[in-house]
Amino acid sequence: MSDDKGSDDKGSDEARQEWQEAFEKTPQRDVDFETMSGVPVDPLYGEGPYPGQYPFTRGVYPSMYRSRLWTMRMFAGFGTAEDTNGRFKELLRAGGTGLSTAFDMPTLMGRDSDSEWALGEVGRAGVAIDTLADMGDLFADIDLSGVSTSMTINGPAPIIMAMYIATAENSGVERSALAGTIQNDIFKEYQAQKEYIYPPRPSVRLITDLMKYTSAEMPKWHPVSISGYHIREAGSTAAQELAFTLANGFAYVEAAVAAGLDVDDFAPRLSFFFNSHIDFFEEIGKFRAARRIWARWMKERYGAKNTKSMLCRFHTQTAGVSLTAQQPENNIARVAIQALAGALGGSQSLHTDAYDEAMALPTEKSARIALRTQQIVAHETGAANVIDPLGGSPYVEWMTDEMERRAEEIFEHLDALGNGSILEGVYEGIENGYFVGEIADAAYRFERGVNSGRRIIVGVNDFTEGDEGEKNLLRISAEVEEYQLKRLASVKQARDDEAVATALAQVTADAEDPTVNMMPSLIAAVKTMATEEEVVMAMEKVFGTYVERAIV
Amino acid sequence: MSLRGVPTAEVFQRAVDGERRALGRLLTLVERGGAAGDEIAEISHPKAGRCHVVGLTGAPGAGKSTITGRLAAAAGVATGDSHRGVGVVAIDPSSPITGGAILGDRIRMDEVIDREGTFVRSMATRGSSGGLALAVPGAIRVLDSVDYNPVIIETVGVGQVEVDIAGTADTTIVVVTPGWGDAVQANKAGLLEVADIFVVNKAERPGAADARRDLELMLDLGAHPEPGKPIWRAPIVMTTATDGIGIDDLWSEVENHREWLTETGELNARRQSRDRFEMLGRIDELLGAIGRARAQSPVGEQLLKRVESRELSPTAAAAELLADLLE
Amino acid sequence: MSDGTTGGDEPLRVILAKLGLDGHDRGLKVVARMLRDAGVEVIYLGLRQTTDTIINAAEQEDADAIGLSMHNAGHLTLAPRMVDAVKDAGLDIPVIVGGIIPEEDAIELSEKGVAAVLGPGASTEDVIGAIRNSVTT
Repeated sequence: MSDDKGSDDKGSDEARQEWQEAFEKTPQRDVDFETMSGVPVDPLYGEGPYPGQYPFTRGVYPSMYRSRLWTMRMFAGFGTAEDTNGRFKELLRAGGTGLSTAFDMPTLMGRDSDSEWALGEVGRAGVAIDTLADMGDLFADIDLSGVSTSMTINGPAPIIMAMYIATAENSGVERSALAGTIQNDIFKEYQAQKEYIYPPRPSVRLITDLMKYTSAEMPKWHPVSISGYHIREAGSTAAQELAFTLANGFAYVEAAVAAGLDVDDFAPRLSFFFNSHIDFFEEIGKFRAARRIWARWMKERYGAKNTKSMLCRFHTQTAGVSLTAQQPENNIARVAIQALAGALGGSQSLHTDAYDEAMALPTEKSARIALRTQQIVAHETGAANVIDPLGGSPYVEWMTDEMERRAEEIFEHLDALGNGSILEGVYEGIENGYFVGEIADAAYRFERGVNSGRRIIVGVNDFTEGDEGEKNLLRISAEVEEYQLKRLASVKQARDDEAVATALAQVTADAEDPTVNMMPSLIAAVKTMATEEEVVMAMEKVFGTYVERAIV
Repeated sequence: MSLRGVPTAEVFQRAVDGERRALGRLLTLVERGGAAGDEIAEISHPKAGRCHVVGLTGAPGAGKSTITGRLAAAAGVATGDSHRGVGVVAIDPSSPITGGAILGDRIRMDEVIDREGTFVRSMATRGSSGGLALAVPGAIRVLDSVDYNPVIIETVGVGQVEVDIAGTADTTIVVVTPGWGDAVQANKAGLLEVADIFVVNKAERPGAADARRDLELMLDLGAHPEPGKPIWRAPIVMTTATDGIGIDDLWSEVENHREWLTETGELNARRQSRDRFEMLGRIDELLGAIGRARAQSPVGEQLLKRVESRELSPTAAAAELLADLLE
Repeated sequence: MSDGTTGGDEPLRVILAKLGLDGHDRGLKVVARMLRDAGVEVIYLGLRQTTDTIINAAEQEDADAIGLSMHNAGHLTLAPRMVDAVKDAGLDIPVIVGGIIPEEDAIELSEKGVAAVLGPGASTEDVIGAIRNSVTT
């Protein structure tokens, strides 16, 4: 594989020339591209295939951070919708244009705040959304045509999407003007994060319904963000994260094609989300391999013609699981190294974790340090001055090839499991416990290394003196729960119950007919102030629920 | 509050009165064996002998626990209030190296696990196959004696002992899936031999019809009726256990088989063979204990020295040590 | 090697579960393997259990201890409920909590009857030790 330099058999001079032209067409950042000692540096060193050229190992764009730094995206969401709305407005006043929303656990699981299951969880790890009224509060007085919104939700994603669309329309913004991303990646839920509601097949129908809907009506929307982050957090190796994530991507492509979409109609709107862990060179190799594998499979196996369909564009977040509760300040160093790996790996956007996240949600101060960390990487280190600065390093190139080789082995297994279909292979791997078993085994191997002292975690199993812990943790008050319960009760009081029942019956009816797109009846239902859980249940009547049956 | 130190007979009475943790404790004592286990066997044996014992076995990943859960639910509905409920004993292998085990069957039985009437107990094989061969009949007897009926025993059909345990049930169900042959290659014949009912699970998948045809063929080939023995041809039930499809059919086949057992007198024959199986297991255990004690005695040590000096073979030494028992 | 027995030859029987909606089960699965390799019989209930399902299992399986893993903010609400449920059922088995628990919360949990609190990075010895100590006292 390493012999295959791609680039459609172009001579190397010609490829270089092409890159040069593409590079010169792109505007440059207004900074001095030189070292701190004043040594000028070129945008690129080494051989092709060059950045922006198939198979994109060295970067998806010709100029990368020479033109524009990665987006520094930070996640916000806690307490009530109004609280988070305040945070959003602060961000927008400070010049931000991207809003990133974290939901609380009941919302992520499709449960209302007044559910027995929600006790103790309302508003704790993110914002609580029960009805369209809460969504309205969340984005009150924000012009949704002027922002890009990222929503991290999966099981009930189409319902939350319906609420977002309805909120925009209520404020006079056409849905076609909406820009943003909804995570909506259900496969990794069964494999790692475990926030599923329905069994895999009906869930994939909901995803393809949303993909169809957005590709027809919302051209600026990314309907799926294929996420390896949680797979890695659950304990997988780097190669497993890479392989499972891309395989999930292939599976969505196969599902969308089977649902009648043309690959080039939706693939350019797919994006990825990876973890940046602490083994520096392995991570960089993983990021580079991801681009190469995605490009090759999209072109060769799925017949993509549009270059944009072949680009593996990804968001990166530093590894929450690598943060230690012991000597928490050390985490700042870990995050810095991981952020640097994310930058050298060519991420399109980056979230840096706060050092106290092993214990609680970040405080304002710890969140600021996290943001400052990536600003230091971007503006002080010089890492953003040169495109793919590690390309050509024998070790990094070997690591890239090795990550690719290991991933290809896993694709082969899944392909065989699905009799020539990655989609079926992923379904089967979920059902027979392949993914969860592989991830749990890897997590245990790691843990045994730590336990035996063969793997050193500073401050945990070596160099342990001097731990003062962290006292200033963010606490979410229980008042949020009381407030939210009152809010939900009053919305239910004021709505037209008959209209709710009719709309929910339509949701159930549409769920029964796999040829109908669910989105219109979901939007209609949330407009009647049907709650998230009521809509979830209306589909559950048809789809059933999912319980993990795989052996530990 | 604690059951520790409560006399065994009282724990038994509390289990009879419906205290579930007392029943849980009895099963622990049975599993441990020893004096308390013996005492429980004495108390429970006269009260037992009423319940229908269903064995269920098959390859790992065939969906046995899911079927067991669904079957227990169907049985619970069918038998209603006529008994205390349905008993389930789910057996998983212990780690041969550490002796520990991860018992995960309960999560695949969510259909029944929280029904008032169902009692589910997970058991690990705990290394020695002999121990399991004693513990399982003991557990059945306890559940039987406090009026659980039926009792379903689920084992992984990879080891001979596990197959034997399921095979000594009144009705033995063997679960296969499309393309099942490879997973249990070594034990295929053993599995076929014990089956009273076959289940082809995951019947919605390609290859299910082939699996059924293969089984029919094997049943045709293997039909050597023993003279004078009543004939039962194992029915084949197609199920998709995760969706509950085919489970009611499976329960009717269990009832059919039970009627056939009763009508033909096979039921008593089976129970006799189960008693024999248990008695033989107990004999193995007792003889083993006697033999080990003698081997460690001065006489035994002397014999071992003679083996060492090539004067005696190990076989001859063992025979001499147990000479009085071997007459 | 850690000794995962009751003190005699019998393996300890420990229930492992998560209460509530939280789906982080990495720690639970690691602990399940740890305990297995220390000779314990783990009754694995996994995700989204209620105090009722755990009590059911504890009775039927005659468990020696209940281990809960908690990675969301719900531990102060949920863990004491488990302790109360154990008491209400007339059982005398310890409830052990593992996960991301700030120190002051750990103190509060101990006061409310949680037998032991294990933080991230607890070793096999720590886990087995906590179970053995709370089972024998």
